[in-house]
Amino acid sequence: MNLLTLSIAGLRDNRLTHALNCFLLALGLGTVTFLFLFGGALADRIVRDAHGIDLVVGAKGSPLQLVLSTVFQADIPTGNIPLDEAQALLRNPMVERGVPMALGDSVKGYRIVGTTSDYLDFYNGKLAEGRMWDQPMEVVLGADAARGLKLGIGDTFVGAHGVSGNGPLHAALPYRVTGILARTGSVIDRLALTPVESVWKVHEEHSHHTGMEADMPAGQAPPREVTAMLLHVRTPLAVVTMPYQINTQTRMQAAVPAAEAARLFSLLGFGLNVFRVIAGILIVSAGLGMLIALISRMRERRQEMAVFRLLGASRGQLLAIVLIEAVLLTLIGAAMGLALGHAAAWAMVKGVPAGNALTEMSMRWRPSEWLIPAMALGVGFAAALFPAITAYRNEVSVALAENPG
Amino acid sequence: MAMADPGRLGVLAVAGVSHTYAGRPPLCFPDWMQGPGSVVALIGPSGCGKTTLLMLIAGLLELQSGRIEIAGTQLALQSGAARDHERGRSIGIVLQSFQLLPRLSIRENLLAAQYFSGNPADHSAVRSMLEVLGIADLAEERPARLSRGQVQRAAIARALINRPKLLLADEPTSSLDDAAAETSLQLLLSESRRLNAALVIATHDSRVKAQVPTVINLRGG
Repeated sequence: MNLLTLSIAGLRDNRLTHALNCFLLALGLGTVTFLFLFGGALADRIVRDAHGIDLVVGAKGSPLQLVLSTVFQADIPTGNIPLDEAQALLRNPMVERGVPMALGDSVKGYRIVGTTSDYLDFYNGKLAEGRMWDQPMEVVLGADAARGLKLGIGDTFVGAHGVSGNGPLHAALPYRVTGILARTGSVIDRLALTPVESVWKVHEEHSHHTGMEADMPAGQAPPREVTAMLLHVRTPLAVVTMPYQINTQTRMQAAVPAAEAARLFSLLGFGLNVFRVIAGILIVSAGLGMLIALISRMRERRQEMAVFRLLGASRGQLLAIVLIEAVLLTLIGAAMGLALGHAAAWAMVKGVPAGNALTEMSMRWRPSEWLIPAMALGVGFAAALFPAITAYRNEVSVALAENPG
Repeated sequence: MAMADPGRLGVLAVAGVSHTYAGRPPLCFPDWMQGPGSVVALIGPSGCGKTTLLMLIAGLLELQSGRIEIAGTQLALQSGAARDHERGRSIGIVLQSFQLLPRLSIRENLLAAQYFSGNPADHSAVRSMLEVLGIADLAEERPARLSRGQVQRAAIARALINRPKLLLADEPTSSLDDAAAETSLQLLLSESRRLNAALVIATHDSRVKAQVPTVINLRGG
C-alpha cells in the first residue's frame, strides 16, 4: 500500500469520465505530436536536400520557385540560362565548385536530371549496383525511382517532355539504365540522373520534330543552356555578396536555398499554426474537463479524505494523492496522444504516392516529442492544483459532520 | 476527577479542555484520565460536544485550552505530519457509519491504516486480525458487498490493526437494533480488553450506559 496504489484505487470510479478526458487530451497531444513529426520530417528533408548547396543560379523569376524546382525538385523551373554564362560563375574565386543542372523531362513522375557526377557529392550518393554513365542517354537511377519504375541495370525507358510526366514522349531517344544508387534519404533517391548532354540531345531532337529550330541560322547549333548552376562557395560572405552581384550584373538570378527554405517555412507556418491553435484548444478543453471532474470528485471524496486523515494521513499526503491521480490520467493521455500522432503520420505516409516530399516522414522518436509528456504533466498539475489544495485544506470534523451516515 | 501522572499511569488524560465554535457558547469538558484496558462512555444529547471532544483527543481539531495527553504525549504540541502519524499509531477510531474506504477491499483498508500510521505493511497481522473478528474470508471484498455487521467488524479491525493505546468510538450503536447494538458494543469491549487499549465511547444511546463502568455526562456549556 502506498500513495500510488491509493491513487490508482481512486481512479476506479467514474472510468467513463476519465477515459473521455484522456481521449480529449490525447487528441490535442496527438495533433501536436503529428505537427512535430510533420515539421521535423520536412525540416530534415529540406536540410538534407539543400546540404552543401549555398547558392542556386538560374533564370530570373521567383527565387523560391528556382530553389523549389532545382534543389527540392518540387516545382517547375523558372527557365534556362546560357551555359557559357553559368560556366563563367565557376571562375569566380569565391566559388569552390559548381554543378550544372538541366531539367525538362520526366519518366512516370520521376524527374530526369541532366547533371555531372559531382551532383552526387552533395548527397554522398553511392552506387548500389552497376556503374556511372559513360556517355549521353545512359542513366543512373535513385533507389526509389528504380523501385517505383521497376527498372534494373540494362533496362531502357523513354522520357516524357515536361516535369509533370504528362507531356509527349521522346520515343526516338530511349535511356539505358547503367547504375542504381544506394538509398540516401535525400532528393536524389527519386531522380533519374544522366549527363547534361542527354538532355540537350533529347531537346534538340524535340525541337527538330516540332520545328522550333527553324528560327536558328542555317548550320548553326542552338546555344547550349542549362536550368541552373548549383554552387558551393568558399566563405559565408559569398552567400551574401554573390547574389547581389549576379542579380544586378547578369541576366541570371541567384537564390539562397537556406533563405528560401525559411520563406517556405513561414508560408507553411500559417497552416501549421491553425493546427497548433486547434491542438491548444483541445488540450485546454481536456485540462478543463479534468479540472471539472476532479472538483466534482473532490466533493464526493471529502469523506474519504477525512478518513485518510483519521488513519494518520498528513495533509501533504492528501495533496499528493490528488496530484498523482491527475498525473496518471495525463500520462495515459500523453501515451495515447503519442500513439495517435505516430499513427496519423504513418497513415499519411502510407497514402502518399512516391515522389512527394512527405513520403519519408520519419516514424522515429524525435527529441521534441519529450515535450508531449511534459505538456501533459503541465496540464495535469494545472488541473489538479485547485482540487489538491481543497483536499489539503479538508477539515476532518466538518467533512464527517456533513454526512455522518 | 483529579489529574494523575498520565505518563506513568494513564493512557489518556484530559484536563481543562474547552472549545468554542464561532458565534456559539463555549463547550466545557470535564477532566478525566484512563488507564490501559479501561472503558469510559461519554454520554449526552446531540450537540453537547461528544464528537468535538473525540476530534480534540485525536488531534483533528486545534486545542484552544486545556491539555490532552495520550500515553504522556500531547498531540497538540506536535505539528503537521508528526501529529498525523502519531494519531495513526496511537489511536484507533470507529465512526458511527464505520466509514470504510469504498474503493479498497477490507484487507486494503487495514493496509491503508498501517501505511498512514507509518508502520510497515504486515500482511500476517492483517490476516490474524480479520480471523479474530471472523471476517478473514471477506478480506478481498469491497465494503459495498458486506452486511452491516460485517462492515462493523471490518471497521473495528481497521481501528485496531496498529494495536493502538486508545480506541475512540463515535456513536457505535446508534441506528442499530438492540441485538446489533449489543453485538457491536461487546465487540468493542472485548477487543479493546484483548489489546489492553483504553476505550472511549461517545454516545447518546442509553443502552450503552448499563454496559460501561464509567460514564461521563456531557451537558454542553
